[in-house]
Amino acid sequence: MTTIETEPGAEFDIACMVNGRAVRARVAVRQHLVDFLRERLGLAGSRLGCEHGSCGACTVRVDGVPVRGCLMLAIQADGAAIETVEGLTESGEIADLQAAFVARNALQCGFCTAGVLVTASELLRGEIPSTDVARAAVRDFLSGNFCRCTGYHAIVDAVCMTLEGRRAGARPAEGTGLCHA
Amino acid sequence: MLDPASSAIQSKAPFGQSVPRANAARLVAGRGRFTDDVLAPRMVHLAFLRSPIAHGRLRALDAGRAAAMPGVVRVVTGADLAGKFHPFKTVLAHLPHHLSPVQPLLAADEVTWQGEPIAAVAAESRALAEDAVEAIEIEWEALPAVGNPEAALARGAPAAHSTLASNLVFAARFGSGDVDAASAGAAHIVEQRFDFSRLAGVPLEPRSILADYDPAAGTLTVHQSHQSPHLMQLLFARHLGLPAHKVRVIAPDVGGAFGIKLHAYGDEMAAAAISVLLGRPVKYVADRLEAFQSDCHARECIVEGRLAVDRDGRLLALSADVLLGIGPYSIYPRSSLGDGLHAATLPGAAYDLAAFRGDLRVAAQNKVPTGAFRGIGQPLACVVAELLLDRAAAALAIDPAEMRRHNYLKPGQFPAVSKGGLKMNSLSLEPCLDKLLALMDYERLRHEQTELRVRGVHRGIGLATFVEQTAPGAGLYGPGAIPVTSQDCCILRVEPSGAVRCEVGCTDQGQGTATGIAQIVAATLGIPLEDVAVATGDSAGAIGGGAWASRGLSIAGEAAYRAATALRANLLDLAAALLQCRAAELDISGGAVVSAPGGEARMSLAELCATAHFRQDLLPPGIEPVLVASAHFTPRRDPYFVANGIQASHLEIDIETGWIKLLGHWVVEDCGHAVNPMLVDEQIRGGVVQGLGAALFERCLYDREGQLLTSNLADYLVPMAAEMPDIVVAHVTTPQPGTALGVKGVGEAGTIGASAAVWCAVHDALRPFGARPERQPFTPDVILAALGRVPSEDKSIVT
Repeated sequence: MTTIETEPGAEFDIACMVNGRAVRARVAVRQHLVDFLRERLGLAGSRLGCEHGSCGACTVRVDGVPVRGCLMLAIQADGAAIETVEGLTESGEIADLQAAFVARNALQCGFCTAGVLVTASELLRGEIPSTDVARAAVRDFLSGNFCRCTGYHAIVDAVCMTLEGRRAGARPAEGTGLCHA
Repeated sequence: MLDPASSAIQSKAPFGQSVPRANAARLVAGRGRFTDDVLAPRMVHLAFLRSPIAHGRLRALDAGRAAAMPGVVRVVTGADLAGKFHPFKTVLAHLPHHLSPVQPLLAADEVTWQGEPIAAVAAESRALAEDAVEAIEIEWEALPAVGNPEAALARGAPAAHSTLASNLVFAARFGSGDVDAASAGAAHIVEQRFDFSRLAGVPLEPRSILADYDPAAGTLTVHQSHQSPHLMQLLFARHLGLPAHKVRVIAPDVGGAFGIKLHAYGDEMAAAAISVLLGRPVKYVADRLEAFQSDCHARECIVEGRLAVDRDGRLLALSADVLLGIGPYSIYPRSSLGDGLHAATLPGAAYDLAAFRGDLRVAAQNKVPTGAFRGIGQPLACVVAELLLDRAAAALAIDPAEMRRHNYLKPGQFPAVSKGGLKMNSLSLEPCLDKLLALMDYERLRHEQTELRVRGVHRGIGLATFVEQTAPGAGLYGPGAIPVTSQDCCILRVEPSGAVRCEVGCTDQGQGTATGIAQIVAATLGIPLEDVAVATGDSAGAIGGGAWASRGLSIAGEAAYRAATALRANLLDLAAALLQCRAAELDISGGAVVSAPGGEARMSLAELCATAHFRQDLLPPGIEPVLVASAHFTPRRDPYFVANGIQASHLEIDIETGWIKLLGHWVVEDCGHAVNPMLVDEQIRGGVVQGLGAALFERCLYDREGQLLTSNLADYLVPMAAEMPDIVVAHVTTPQPGTALGVKGVGEAGTIGASAAVWCAVHDALRPFGARPERQPFTPDVILAALGRVPSEDKSIVT
């Protein structure tokens, strides 16, 4: 790993893919990824909640994995593929999850929601937990995303509804009943 | 009694249906528009220099180097603002002996808490503004700081503010009945100290403002993450010296508020003042460190409670000595007294007491000023009464559920006034208890508890009956001369399509108020829900009080019902003129004018409204369509719509580690008719988790110098998904009398009862050990100290 000594205002050129589109930009070394996304690209769906890596509101997907947008610098995203809630919405990848959030009222103020959705989308892409552990597994998986409004119950319901739907879609014979309140 | 003309509204869809929120689809797509997302040309960004010490005098401030830094537009100090703009001064006209010093927008001389704003840098970006803040040089003289409220009131304690002769800034006695006489025949008197830690509200979106003063027009337009835009309109005008009608405050999407965003803050007022000075838009968004250091805290309170019972388990007398710490200033403009007033008046309101006495003392201290946080002091009052009642039940070997049933105010006693002075129309105490016991399978849990004890597993069951003051009337702030309105207005406009635009004065931070309003309007008018568009949060719109004290649907909902009733009459009059019949022969249903009775379609609402807008030539002579209707509602009949309910907590304590695991939580709540049952349940669940956080994790902690030790989300612990249980919610329905809708508020119900249920469950689990922890939150050290396994925390080191 190379160490580069810079002035506080130093800037570098980066090139990355954001929501499937090539982006080239000159960024300040100290700029966080989430500030870059929000302020430079207008992708304001990712939120700043703590700038400390604790709340998860700025969670975005970088090269396929969820990352805290406040703990990564924009220059570290050079060469990376970034997906935000805007991109995941446009691609339709989480349409069922979003519909479940709306139907179940799994959000109130909506400030944490993009981060929760990105984290939950990772759970949905992995191995679906077995029926009896699903609620606890969902709670564990989401335990890095702070929500002050909902108390989490409805979020867990919405994620479980989506898991059920995907399981039913993939292997209809196995039916539903994955999550119980 | 419901208004007979409207007795059917509760059965008209979509009233009472669990429809999703219209706003939710936008928010899940990342299309929320919060204050920080609002941009303005030539906008500058603010960063604040904040006091590094809890108490002291500024001796010198040199901003020369900062002002010359790249991107800096202006450095503004307290002295720059002092002569031009008015400082805060909290005065309660009806409680004139409550003292609060004059609070400058930016401190110019004395600093009184760590984090108090001193100077602001306006720069081309937030990063550049922060760079320059670091270059401001200050010299100060440290003064002694007081933190612990008990120490603050001790003889010889240093004053938290140099203008205070004593830190005792309010004292009062409340209650009725003779506590001493009523206690004379007691079989048992139980006493308990309650030490409630300071809480932070922690809305995830920090406080945010974009103030845009246009010197040419003389107008100030403010986007602000706030609960009460009409209040702020008046306050910006008052403190900046502008005509109120030239000030417009817009609350766009608000990322959580919970009472924290109900007040005026010096830094936000300074941001607006700097916009006036610069003639440019000024944005300020607090970061998380600033939020912990400058958002109001809440509920730092010590209560000595005492309950007398007779040998049959009848409650005789309850008393509470309440000591509240509020910081150096009483928060502007509503004051910081609310927590203490509730704690000293509301304990035991649900019970048939012979006497109650609440003694309140309020202490100034060098910590962040306290203010509103969901429930205000109601959760404290609930803890005090419910735990004392459990202690008495244990002393008499009476089951806690039966102890409650035995002592509830009985149906024949309503309407009642509690011995603390709360007027209550009708509470459904016993029906809620019965439903809860069945819901949680109380008998089985008690049985299981006994069995597990033998195996060294210590579980606790806690019950907490609560009352909730909702929909406050003008009696709350009017006599204090505080410009907070208790009314809400609803304005409806029908468009050519037959769709309706609706403005209401209450605001919506995600509770779903706007959706509930739309349901009421749609049901009343007889139009589809999707044909109602609700706008909230704009001081240029329908006037109202905003969102606080569980007042949304209980007040604005009633106004919406009245406005929709008026608009419906207008539309039917118009239809009758066109159809040449009497209005009484018509109704509106499914978006069409239909015959009544019968329901045959006569004309679509779209056709009627298009005619009203564009084909007045077809109207009979003398008919002028009135396509707008408005109505107000102010609760006048009662001081509050008092709701009630009961909660239960089931938990397990590891007595080796002091760790508490929540196993289950149940709520039975009575908020009258639910406009949207799903949204009601989610208000309750969200509120419960805030109460659980207060009971188990949350605490603002200061060191002996007044330095905040919990200033980020790693040190101030909030509940996360993994620690929280599922929450089972059920309802009893007692409609609010004197209203058409029969709705009471529900926003704080969850928070009010949840902490008390945990307190009772923790004490229940530890009862065989004789351990009685008295400090909230019940962190492992508190449990182990109560068990005598570790020393108690040294209050001279941290407060």
